[in-house]
Amino acid sequence: MDNLIKKAKELLENNLVQVVIGYEKGNTQKSRPVFIFKAENADKLIYDESCHYNLASYITRQEMRHTGKMAVVANIHALKAMLVLANEHQFIEGNVIALAVDGSSDVTELKTFSEIEEYIASHPVELKEKEKVLLEKIKALSKEERWEFWQNELARCFKCYACRAACPMCYCHQCTVDCNKPQWITVAPHQLGNYEWQMMRAMHLAGRCVDCGACAEACPLDIPINMLTYYLSESIESNFGFKTGTSATKLYVLSDYKLEDKENFIR
Amino acid sequence: MENFEPKIVAFVCNWCTYAGADLTGTSRIKYAPNVKIIRFPCTGRIDFMILMKAFVNGADGIIVSGCHPNDCHYTSGNFHARRRWMVFRNLLDIMGVDLERITFSWVSAAEGAKWAEIVNSTVDKIKKLGPYENYKKLADSQQLKEVIHG
Repeated sequence: MDNLIKKAKELLENNLVQVVIGYEKGNTQKSRPVFIFKAENADKLIYDESCHYNLASYITRQEMRHTGKMAVVANIHALKAMLVLANEHQFIEGNVIALAVDGSSDVTELKTFSEIEEYIASHPVELKEKEKVLLEKIKALSKEERWEFWQNELARCFKCYACRAACPMCYCHQCTVDCNKPQWITVAPHQLGNYEWQMMRAMHLAGRCVDCGACAEACPLDIPINMLTYYLSESIESNFGFKTGTSATKLYVLSDYKLEDKENFIR
Repeated sequence: MENFEPKIVAFVCNWCTYAGADLTGTSRIKYAPNVKIIRFPCTGRIDFMILMKAFVNGADGIIVSGCHPNDCHYTSGNFHARRRWMVFRNLLDIMGVDLERITFSWVSAAEGAKWAEIVNSTVDKIKKLGPYENYKKLADSQQLKEVIHG
């Protein structure tokens, strides 16, 4: 933690960045995001197990873009998200400095995309045990049971769009769900709209989701919506050998194609 | 159930399958009248939400059809579509939508007979499966009105 504070102070004092995005202690067990503009405030910064939010989601915010250069305290998921954002040309190389943290007291400063790529390659990450169990459980269900499962889960959704706000990949200025001409998705918290909203969200994140689980964590009703994107990430990796968030230059999987893509359902 | 006539919506590409379906007609090949054909510029244009809207509006089955690989008028539209459907089918699968109800096929402008066969076999299959109750219940417009207007 001392290393992190020292690093943040150094960056701010030398005017290398205008803001450091990190975590501070919250009122409850959870920590919360904090924006440090002055070096003397850097003492607030913490990093421990309570720090879950994916801070890469702030990089694309309009307010942050106007602030100037920034440094982001990034766990492995946030770094992956940064690579996907870089791939989609959402920020310029060098404008965002990643302060990579991995639970130990070490802080690694990563400036270029290739440095981030190397760091990710040397830090493999898996789904949490709890998430793995739930995903296996859903996969084991029959078709009808899956339908029932999602009907029950999504019946609770009241469309607060916290999942969208927490997601580092959801940065569109106008989301399809806000579009009303044509209105693709019913805005009322009705089962149909809830179902279509999650389907659309998952499909728009297919191959872009970095499996950080920020959406499910942000959900006030604890709907395991991250399972949809996890399943898609898994199937994309097995079908196309594409691992999200490993390269800043490789073409996005659904923008790309191969002549020898193998399917078994087209007649 | 005996007299159930399924509603099938076919999303086809302008250059191959639409012309193929035209050929079926000019060749005087009879096929099931349950299908409503919607023409798209290319299979690559067919957004996944468009398919789901067909179910919302009461379709029991869907056919998506376009040019064979390497035959696309726009060179690569059907390759992109193929990847998209591979991913989308997985999503439908995990969300519990009945995959049997969506038929994907490649039909070229010369394959009038194949188009008739695909429509007929899809209609037979959907007749056996029955109306898509799950989605019809979900998209019950009366209930939706009550939620919106109180």
